Amino acid sequence: MSLSMKTKAFAMALSLGLVAGCSSTGDTGETGDAYGSDVSAVDQQGGTVYGGAEDAGISAGGLTDAERDRARAAAEQAAEEAKRAITTFYFDFDTSEIKPAARDVLIAHAAFLAANPGQQVRLEGHADERGTKEYNLALGERRANAVQRFLIVNGANRGQIETVSYGEEKPAVMGTDDSSWAQNRRVELIFK
Amino acid sequence: MKNFRLLKAKNRTCRKFRPNRFTTYRNGLAALMLWLVSVQAQAELMITISEGVESAIPVAVVPFKETGVVPGGDRLSDILRDDLTLSGEFNTLAPAKMLSLPSRGDDVFYRDWRLLGQRYLVVGEVTQQGDRLNARFEVFDVASQQRILGETAGAPVASARSLAHYISDKVYEAITGVPGAFSTRLAYVTLQSNNGQLLYKLQVSDVDGKRARVRLESPEPILSPAWSPDARKLAYVSFETGKPVVYIHELASGQRTAIADFPGLNSAPAWSADGRSLLLTLSKDGNAEIYKMDIASRSLTRLTNHWSIDTEGSWSADGRGFFFTSDRSGGPQIYHMENERAEPRRVTFGSRYNARPRPSDDGRYVYYVHQREGAFHIARTHLETGEETVLTRTQLDESPSVSPNGRMLIYATKQGGRSVLTVITSEGGSSYTLPASEGDVREPAWSPIVR
Repeated sequence: MSLSMKTKAFAMALSLGLVAGCSSTGDTGETGDAYGSDVSAVDQQGGTVYGGAEDAGISAGGLTDAERDRARAAAEQAAEEAKRAITTFYFDFDTSEIKPAARDVLIAHAAFLAANPGQQVRLEGHADERGTKEYNLALGERRANAVQRFLIVNGANRGQIETVSYGEEKPAVMGTDDSSWAQNRRVELIFK
Repeated sequence: MKNFRLLKAKNRTCRKFRPNRFTTYRNGLAALMLWLVSVQAQAELMITISEGVESAIPVAVVPFKETGVVPGGDRLSDILRDDLTLSGEFNTLAPAKMLSLPSRGDDVFYRDWRLLGQRYLVVGEVTQQGDRLNARFEVFDVASQQRILGETAGAPVASARSLAHYISDKVYEAITGVPGAFSTRLAYVTLQSNNGQLLYKLQVSDVDGKRARVRLESPEPILSPAWSPDARKLAYVSFETGKPVVYIHELASGQRTAIADFPGLNSAPAWSADGRSLLLTLSKDGNAEIYKMDIASRSLTRLTNHWSIDTEGSWSADGRGFFFTSDRSGGPQIYHMENERAEPRRVTFGSRYNARPRPSDDGRYVYYVHQREGAFHIARTHLETGEETVLTRTQLDESPSVSPNGRMLIYATKQGGRSVLTVITSEGGSSYTLPASEGDVREPAWSPIVR
């Protein structure tokens, strides 16, 4: 399930790089890289990895206008869906501040929730193992609440969102090092 | 259907290495189907003495003379010797080094014990009569050649360990002047992973990790066990319904009540000294705040009011005010409110992360988790002088809990990638470790002294 999702996301990101590159400015590198940099920013925080950042805008010759429009629409939809494939958002130690790199993706999730009022999402807030369990429980809640507020401000309905904090109880990865801790300070969106 | 088991207590002894025997009952409690199980638990914690003690008092516990058919297993005098060693305040003499093995005062040759450098000497005799064990024990001050304690005590054979811990308490008090805490219990949470399936167990054991009994099992997290002042109930947080809910669990009957199940956080329970109310952290009104709940009426009084995180409340020794953690200054720090309406006063300033305060019963100190140079230790602050002392050298330390006599401190830390419990003296000296036989053990809570 999650593997095929990732493969799909990978394909979408590729198609995004290709079409966006030829349709707007014709400069294949720039727009592709702009998206790619977002993705790699998430990667550095240990997020879902997919390879869309590679230079995929290779060739753009021979498309008709109609084909371009269709491709652009498909690309935009694909881009939104590719963004929504990212459902985990990371935080710095003892903060609940949403990182700039996560904003676009969260806006895509908010738009999706706004367009699908029947859709429910559960936000699970987590902390790394350092510090105390009860404080981390409150910190995980504050992170989930920060994401909830962001989604609501961007169009989601409060009634669609449920939040819960697990504090440091459910680490994404085991390990006592900076990289593990970075992957454990997170909010996960779980669509039902 | 939630898959968790509630384990019902029965007054039974535990024998090591016997397979669990489960007796299953059905019981509809609230909307949940609970499996009530009585279990003969195996000892799940082991003991490792991790540091020698140089300043400790030398004491010789002579193997007690045994009359009649005394049951096998650990002998009373062995348990007594272990207890005194674990306290970190005594250096016990190995029986093999003893020059004589007296069992009563008339047989004591003080010179023998002076030669061996002993300051105190404990002798005794244990007799079995029917299903009862009776012990007679005496403590001598070697230098003054005085008997400082002479007592008898008895218990059912099945409660031999309780009898031994009782004797330890008396011997400890005769020598130090402070009541012993060896008859108290520990509550803690173990976590095992079987093929990725997590299993949390709330357990209660003796302070030496023996006679462990499982009280609740759940695939979802259990945390923050807190003893009622009469040591008959535990309050704790369980995620068994998919969110944090505070329960009160009566140990003898296994009866449970979900006492706080509001939207958002329900956590950090702490009992008042009269057992009638709980401090709780709730976020039902927006963010984490501390409330007092009257248990009988369930009525709530909000005690903090700030946009920051306020949590980990714990009554101060005088019972009027309380300590708590708040990040209102930008990071978590310890605060104290003198009474329920007073202005919070910040207590810790030594570093940018100080949390989970636990005051000592004598009101002199507050113990807490303290970050220094990237590591998390247990520290304490003297409340009058404000002097801060870091007590532990381990890292990633959590959940300090002070023994009811104020002399020992248990906390959770990491060792070889696993979470273990460690006991130190409240001054920071000596330590022993209680790893689980498998998996992690965390969230220790030291019971009050039960009289």
